[in-house]
Amino acid sequence: MSEQLSLTKVPGPRDDDGGPEPSAPLLEVAGLVKYFPITSGLVLRRHVGDVRAVDGVDFTIGQGESLGLVGESGCGKSTTGRLITRLLEPTRGTITYDGRDISHASRKELAPIRSEIQMIFQDPFASLNPRQTVGDIISNPMVVNGVNPPGGREKRVRELLEIVGLNPEHYNRFPHEFSGGQRQRIGVARALGLKPRLIVADEPVSALDVSIQAQVVNLLQNLQREMGIAFLFVAHDLAIVRHFSQRVAVMYLGRIVEIGDRASIYGRPRHPYTHALLSAVPEAVVDDEGEGRERIRLAGDVPSPIDPPSGCRFRTRCWKAAERCASETPPLVRLEGNREGHLTACHFPEEPTVAARGEDVVLDPALAAIEEATDTTH
Amino acid sequence: MSTLSQPATKPAADASRGFLSVRDLYVHFATEDGTVKAVDGLSFDLARGSTLGIVGESGSGKSVTNLAVLGLHNPRNTTIRGEILLDGQELTGASERRLSQLRGKKMAMIFQDSLAALSPYYTVGRQIAEPYMKHMGASRKEARERAVQMLGKVGIPQPKLRVDDYPHQFSGGMRQRAMIAMALVCDPELIIADEPTTALDVTVQAQILDLLKDLQHETGSAIIIITHDLGVVAKTADDVMVMYAGRCVERGTVREIMRTPRHPYSWGLLGSIPRLDSPVDLPLVPIPGTPPSLLAPPPGCPFHPRCAFPDQVAGGACRTERPVIPEDEPHGAACHLTPQQKSTIFAEQIRPRLR
Repeated sequence: MSEQLSLTKVPGPRDDDGGPEPSAPLLEVAGLVKYFPITSGLVLRRHVGDVRAVDGVDFTIGQGESLGLVGESGCGKSTTGRLITRLLEPTRGTITYDGRDISHASRKELAPIRSEIQMIFQDPFASLNPRQTVGDIISNPMVVNGVNPPGGREKRVRELLEIVGLNPEHYNRFPHEFSGGQRQRIGVARALGLKPRLIVADEPVSALDVSIQAQVVNLLQNLQREMGIAFLFVAHDLAIVRHFSQRVAVMYLGRIVEIGDRASIYGRPRHPYTHALLSAVPEAVVDDEGEGRERIRLAGDVPSPIDPPSGCRFRTRCWKAAERCASETPPLVRLEGNREGHLTACHFPEEPTVAARGEDVVLDPALAAIEEATDTTH
Repeated sequence: MSTLSQPATKPAADASRGFLSVRDLYVHFATEDGTVKAVDGLSFDLARGSTLGIVGESGSGKSVTNLAVLGLHNPRNTTIRGEILLDGQELTGASERRLSQLRGKKMAMIFQDSLAALSPYYTVGRQIAEPYMKHMGASRKEARERAVQMLGKVGIPQPKLRVDDYPHQFSGGMRQRAMIAMALVCDPELIIADEPTTALDVTVQAQILDLLKDLQHETGSAIIIITHDLGVVAKTADDVMVMYAGRCVERGTVREIMRTPRHPYSWGLLGSIPRLDSPVDLPLVPIPGTPPSLLAPPPGCPFHPRCAFPDQVAGGACRTERPVIPEDEPHGAACHLTPQQKSTIFAEQIRPRLR
């Protein structure tokens, strides 16, 4: 464990073109399940059902690698992040960190690992204690873990402030004296204090203004490159995830429907849901006479995770759904023609392209009705 | 670049130009710390059947402007000066009674947070029916039928059953649809949508944006869409106004703003967001610094502390003199750089980063 604290170059993140998996992943998650029980009754609380937030998730994160986790709200991406940091205990499945099974580790067993897995939260206003100074906030994890850096904690905090681009003079200020972007930097400094090897970043930029988002993304990217920190980057913004993560997993209703290197996921997606997600991203480019990307409009919202559809969970919103999708859960496998490590869970995968189709897929009844009406009048 | 600024390129919509016309609008709030100049000299026009996208960061005055159009500011601590003409009617000095006749009928609003904007106490159907009864003099029964019809139109399944549901029984996307139904129930001529899709998932966002666009085709209403998401603007708007510190810093058609932006702030906005096809090995180019305080905005151009080019302007005008958008240019930017400088900087430094 001697190399764990050094900040020298670890085998860097693999670039876009994939390549083989690193030999020993830093984190391995297998069959991860988290059910939140629903109870009713005032005195005798009966167990009446479960919110199946995460329902069988497998992935690995290599040393210094960033895995992006995308999906809609309620798909279980944040819960996955909290399970990995063991803020929640999994119902089933295993989490192996650096060769050790931590899925049901006790508080005591977790203590040394907690400092290596840190978290950055979404809301920079809620995640900093307004009564503590910046210095206290950042040094607190060191106090709790009994870390005494050479030169004292204060010196280390000042270094950290400098690393994240804040003025070390601000050591004694309170969080309300900072803007949203600066607060997020304080959160990053706090996460860095214990020299983590894995950071779970849960929507780290979605609460920030557009012009500030880029500052924080660049900061995180520098940390990843220079300190070799691995990231689980949870976000719903597909363009930012693509920018930040070498590999991307797409989640839907508690399961991973597609996972692969970013070139495959964004350029050659196979799962219909990945196609739908990508085609829904509003891009800051002006359409030129409709050519370009495909247009898919799903109907309605994500179903409830309390009573998810049988078989493939996406089938209720999918244009290719058939009987088999209801009876048989598609396994997450490598499809014919997919690159190594690009896995898809679908019985009837799509063509590996995001180019425009002959005809748009419009499943939304209101859209379809209005568009049909305007088509006939023209 | 001068060919781009010919006013003759405007489409034939000129006849209905200025359905909504805002001139020199100032909205100031008196607070304990001083006067907040939330909107500070803003002018724009909106034609019938077209969509204006207002882009800017939080605190740039986007929402304040539109609340002023609707007359929803508290008169006790708000000073509104300037001219807001809706279809020839002056709204700035209008009485509360006059405004409430217009709100919901001639102009309607779609809010960001549908859970907060809908009352939890009344059924969705009743909330949609209310403005219809008020403005159209419809009976309870007629209004209920209209509510069912509107729910069906915005794509709520089984509208006859869902009309009696309460907002909490709807999902986020359905609530946003219900809000659209409520805004459209009296066929308003002006719809103001304030971040209508920010709280929604991408797949639902795409549905809602397409729905708004399709409904506009059908009804011909004018739409103002307020957002911080340039992607949303690119997909929905005809014209774009970029706001910064309570002022319009650039205006033009969506194509002009996305393809050949002229203001350093617009360059910054476009450069700081990654795209689905941009190269991944290059770092993003953020706008340095933070948005200015509206209590004491910087002198001169409010963007100059964050701008990379004030030194290229002769005499340091950026620090002393507030730039204005030339009146006669449909695509104009409030910037002291000469058109020559702007096109060279854009071509040499900015455009290569955008693709």
